[in-house]
Amino acid sequence: MAGPEIKAPAFREYPTIPVMQPGSMAGLKPFVANDKVQEALGFPTQLAENWQDTHDAVIAKMGELLGKYRSLKVYMDACVHCGACTDKCHYFIGTQDPKNMPVARQDLMRSVYRRYFTPAGKLFPALVGARDLTREVLDEWYTYYHQCSECRRCSVFCPYGIDTAEVTMAGRELLASVGYGQKYSNEIIGKVHKIGNNLGLPGPALENTLEGLMEDVKEDTGIDIQYPLDVQGAEVLLVTPSADFFAEPHIESLIGYGKVFHAAGISWTMSSKASEAGNFGMFIGNYDQLRKIAMRVREAALELGVKRIVVGECGHAWRVAYSFWNTLTGVGAGASDPFAIQLQSQLDHRYKQPSHICEFTWDLIQRGAISFDKEANDHRIITFHDSCNVARGSRMGDAPGGQFEIPRSIIHAVANKYVEMRPGTTHEQTFCCGGGGGVLTDDLMELRVKGALPRMETIKQVVDGQGVNFLATICAICKAQFSKVLPFYGFKSSMIGGVHQLVSTAIRLGDK
Amino acid sequence: MNLFFALMFYVATALFVVGLVRKIVDFARTPAPLLIPTTPAPTTTGGVVLRMAREVVMFESLFKSNLWIWIFAAMFHVGFALVTMRHLRYFPEPVWTWVVLVQPFGLYAGLVMAAGLAGLWARRFLVERIRYISTFSDHLMLALLLLIAVSGLGMKFLVHTDIVAVKTFFLGLMMFDIQPLPDHAGLHVHLFCVALLLIVFPFSKLLHAPGIFFSPSRNQADNPREVRHLAPWAAKLEAKN
Ligand code: SF4
Ligand code: SF4
Repeated sequence: MAGPEIKAPAFREYPTIPVMQPGSMAGLKPFVANDKVQEALGFPTQLAENWQDTHDAVIAKMGELLGKYRSLKVYMDACVHCGACTDKCHYFIGTQDPKNMPVARQDLMRSVYRRYFTPAGKLFPALVGARDLTREVLDEWYTYYHQCSECRRCSVFCPYGIDTAEVTMAGRELLASVGYGQKYSNEIIGKVHKIGNNLGLPGPALENTLEGLMEDVKEDTGIDIQYPLDVQGAEVLLVTPSADFFAEPHIESLIGYGKVFHAAGISWTMSSKASEAGNFGMFIGNYDQLRKIAMRVREAALELGVKRIVVGECGHAWRVAYSFWNTLTGVGAGASDPFAIQLQSQLDHRYKQPSHICEFTWDLIQRGAISFDKEANDHRIITFHDSCNVARGSRMGDAPGGQFEIPRSIIHAVANKYVEMRPGTTHEQTFCCGGGGGVLTDDLMELRVKGALPRMETIKQVVDGQGVNFLATICAICKAQFSKVLPFYGFKSSMIGGVHQLVSTAIRLGDK
Repeated sequence: MNLFFALMFYVATALFVVGLVRKIVDFARTPAPLLIPTTPAPTTTGGVVLRMAREVVMFESLFKSNLWIWIFAAMFHVGFALVTMRHLRYFPEPVWTWVVLVQPFGLYAGLVMAAGLAGLWARRFLVERIRYISTFSDHLMLALLLLIAVSGLGMKFLVHTDIVAVKTFFLGLMMFDIQPLPDHAGLHVHLFCVALLLIVFPFSKLLHAPGIFFSPSRNQADNPREVRHLAPWAAKLEAKN
């Protein structure tokens, strides 16, 4: 567990760029995956006995990745060291470790790339900052590629769009492929393959949980609201992060989804096979894992015969669903394998496939199919935290930027008091919660606390200035991270919640 | 001397062209398996062209991130572009009209370019974070460009050279007929550095110039639900199950 000795950095009076403290985070590494965890994913269990073997394997793999990913290749070559990204990473701001500057994080790999893959680095290594791959370098990769939340904020500001998240993913992929995987992410992926979700909740436990939830909601509202599992022929398959099944405050949003379906009279189901929207395959940069996890959703959709696939509140899950599912599984259009064709003919293409739960709810609101008592949310003064993967890696609705407008429109439809945080820290320039991208683990608590600093500063402004007491997000990781980290900065952890928690409070049930 | 420069320019041009073409082909051939535009992103190809144009012409992202770097970078790049256009007069005979028209601008542009370079270099010393990330080659690159600018300006404002002879040299070079080059130290430095720039271009961070056009976070349209995007190596995985 995180020791009480972790202290949040002090709020800065003005958000100036911090001075560097080289090496300040050099000692923080997440736990390494053990043999069992690695084996379950088909990765080597340990680094090779002989360093030379590991060295050669890394370089070979790096060559392979450079040939498979244009992003990596172009990003390795194109950086001019202009420094525009240096002050954009929340982990640099919070930790002051210069290796957490995006360009420095890339350079950890670029230096090796230059040495082995470019004429300049082969001939004049010292001149161009090229270096041999050593065990120390590999350890450094392990350390700093697990101090990046793959949030893409740096890529917004780079003149060439260089996305450090892509480099981090490649770094983790390289590490895992030579037996140096991260315990947290790889263990979770193993659970998805074995059981169906990140939390390792088996079908029967899920059923119990949902039954209990139904009773709770009945007690609360007096209405029988269904939280169905594995219902054949339902209209909608809802795929949601497994944290929604029992973590606080996630479950409040799940309650909200159920109320929306109930009020709109649309039949829906969840699936015990696809009981996880999250896809940590992206975090470790492994296409195979990404694809295998995504396939579970396609299989479930086919088995249940649903017409629509809707994704619950989860940031990276929405990026994967929106941006990658069609590529990975052919859920939307254009795929030619028999299963994809079957799925496409089964799905109702008047709706976008997949849809985000916010798109779904907003559509119902616009059509007048659900209505609200906005006053029910009057005890809340709300602000909205844009989650990285939704903001910078996906879209909602028809026009660019819908991912910002739609959740805000929903909040305006269900509540009266809303405040924006400081411009430059919202929309595509949003600051990460500090826990995304596979670092939401207790062994990285120090990083999570420090990395939250810039976001916490903007929260403090609206708390002190406008009395904000509710921080709405649409991401399971943001919710978990904020619950843990808010108290370090003197806020109540109960101020964090989902957009559908607000919907849940205000929605009119029964009469409609 | 004439022969040395003639050879150097042949070699430099060859390396520049071959190196750059190889790199561009390499970029173009490497697949981008997933749609990763930094959103909000345009949803159509036309929109992508506009986004790219704004990046290339106005450095839109850089403008958002750091005004100082943007100012110096804009000074340098705009200056460099105009100076290059001005220098086109050394190659065709008669000189194209538009090249004649840019001549007066090209001159001031040289000064602006040098000032921009000086600003960019100063940042590498004065700003702690940028000092930290700078490699020796980053400094050398700026030194090279500044030397080109200063030696060029020197010939304009201090010790003139016989530009008619310089033109004769380059016209001859293009016809594989080596003509004498004026014996002028400033000119020699200038030409040597330019040839060096051509040589290092395809092997250095100057690849940012072609690179930006291939950057997936900027050149992809945001349309994953409408159009399926599948890399050849990923398509092979499909066949397996
Ligand atoms: S992706 Fe986010 S966490 Fe990673 S280097 Fe860029 S800004 Fe930092
Ligand atoms: S902004 Fe882009 S080009 Fe500039 S240093 Fe950062 S990664 Fe390199």
